[in-house]
Amino acid sequence: MTTVSTTPKDERVKNAGLLVKALRRPEFGAFLGAIAIFILFASTDTTGNFAALGGIAGWTDIAAPIGIVGIAVALLMIGGEFDLSSGVLVGTTGLLIGMLVTNVGLDIWSSIAIALVFAAGIGFINGYVVIKTKLPSFIVTLATFFVLKGANMAFTKFVTGSVRVTGTEKAVGFDSAQALFASKFGAEGFQISLVWWLVITLIATFVLTRTRFGNWIFAVGGDANAARNAGVPVEKTKIWLFVITSLSAALVGIMFVLRLKGMQAGQGVGQEFYYIIAAAVGGTLLTGGAGSAIGASIGALIMGMAYIGIPFSRWDSDWTATFLGIILFTAVMINTYIGRKAKGGKK
Amino acid sequence: MTNALELKDVEKTFGSVLALRGVSLEVAPASVTCVLGDNGAGKSTLIKILSGVHKQSTGLFQVEGKDAVFDSPRDALANGIATVFQDLATIPLMSVWRNFFLGNEIRTGFGPFKWLDVNKMKDIAKQELLAMGIDLRDTNQPIGTLSGGERQAVAIARAVHFGAKVLILDEPTSALGVRQSGIVLKYVLAAKERGVAVVFITHNPHHAYLVGDRFYLLNRGRMIGRYERDNVQLEELTKAMAGGAELEALTHEIAVVRK
Repeated sequence: MTTVSTTPKDERVKNAGLLVKALRRPEFGAFLGAIAIFILFASTDTTGNFAALGGIAGWTDIAAPIGIVGIAVALLMIGGEFDLSSGVLVGTTGLLIGMLVTNVGLDIWSSIAIALVFAAGIGFINGYVVIKTKLPSFIVTLATFFVLKGANMAFTKFVTGSVRVTGTEKAVGFDSAQALFASKFGAEGFQISLVWWLVITLIATFVLTRTRFGNWIFAVGGDANAARNAGVPVEKTKIWLFVITSLSAALVGIMFVLRLKGMQAGQGVGQEFYYIIAAAVGGTLLTGGAGSAIGASIGALIMGMAYIGIPFSRWDSDWTATFLGIILFTAVMINTYIGRKAKGGKK
Repeated sequence: MTNALELKDVEKTFGSVLALRGVSLEVAPASVTCVLGDNGAGKSTLIKILSGVHKQSTGLFQVEGKDAVFDSPRDALANGIATVFQDLATIPLMSVWRNFFLGNEIRTGFGPFKWLDVNKMKDIAKQELLAMGIDLRDTNQPIGTLSGGERQAVAIARAVHFGAKVLILDEPTSALGVRQSGIVLKYVLAAKERGVAVVFITHNPHHAYLVGDRFYLLNRGRMIGRYERDNVQLEELTKAMAGGAELEALTHEIAVVRK
């Protein structure tokens, strides 16, 4: 033992270089992937727009809604649960707001408030049923997904006589709500959703790594029994995660219904997989206990770039889903590999 | 001196099954009390009564001379009885300091806005582990990268730090190798040095004899023996535990087979 060192730092810790530290981050693989995909599309781009501000406004517009819900889904997955009803709930909340405004005659802000409470209720039911029945959340939320999908279609037809709700722009308070949730800024037409997405990324990262609730999320996903033995309120933590996920879907529903001034009954269906892909590409462990919010955002960004980059490069955009499938597989493979390496290869 | 924990004529039944009958146990402060028993002896039921998971059907359960009525493990914990379960109370992917403070996080901030005091928790975790003789390189590493013995040691240090007066260890060495077991036994003694009454539940008389001040033998739901360290030898303990004559017969049979 040397006594020369006066710093409290333990001399046995190899001075982990910046690279090793970066490698240990769960989102590192996604970060590299995002750079590679940016370079790929920037170089094959035929419009000259992909890397310009206008192009960036385009792909961040696609990425923002995926990122907003993807972050919440990532937190839920870190907590060891799934939510397959998050996509359809985007449609449900949008339709609900549309009907409250056009058929009930409420103002837009009251409708938004009711939709948020409704979504929180769906999230609570998801969580409560998962906790009480001890069934896998995959099954419980798959059931919620189909219940809502049917209800969206049937209820919309029953109330409006068609498969869409229109005319939300006539509601009282529409302008102020649109300014907050669905306006544009800058000459290139950046969507306000981009700001929401960035702010939510920052808040979620802080919550996850620097608050007690974040600590509990990792704990309940890592080992629920051990967490319970240590005094963590496992059930409350999980129910909150379901509620947060549903609220994030509602936020995106609000954005869509204000932007499109209406809603299709089938809106959002299938999106739940994009959220899960964003979380998984971003380094969230599917078995729970590890992951990051920034990772989910990078995952969403990759999807946004693919959606704009493929047509800009004059590729057949029918292949977009195939491209995303390959990205998902590759990213999870690389994440798993890096994860093992960075932990020093022990166990 | 009042006992840190005491059971008198405790009986536990599950329907028609008698899990424990007439079990008495005295645990002195700052000592190691070993409860030895083979599989099916009733060790798990005993632990669950002590840690607040089950209530005894009849009999007396006292903590520091007062009747104890626990509704849950949290209740027991609040009364200074901490249990380190065999299946480990740690989350492998979380860092050592996060595991150490899990459920007891130190927070800072103002008003309703509170966040984790990460540096303070790292410092305390490092110091507390060092005080127990656990010298970790980095409390930031996932606890899953530690050995089984070190993980048990962190769980013990955590219980001691958060004010456990009685520490119940459920088979802490059963899944460990020889060296790792030695590490855990060292920390059992370290906890005793710090004034904690340790209840060490095991089926290994060798490990018990290394650290124990008092030994109880549990067999088929009954306490069949109580020994003080001064008047018992390891051989006697092993024999009594394995049911004496039975073991001799077994030894003979094995000897025959080996020929």
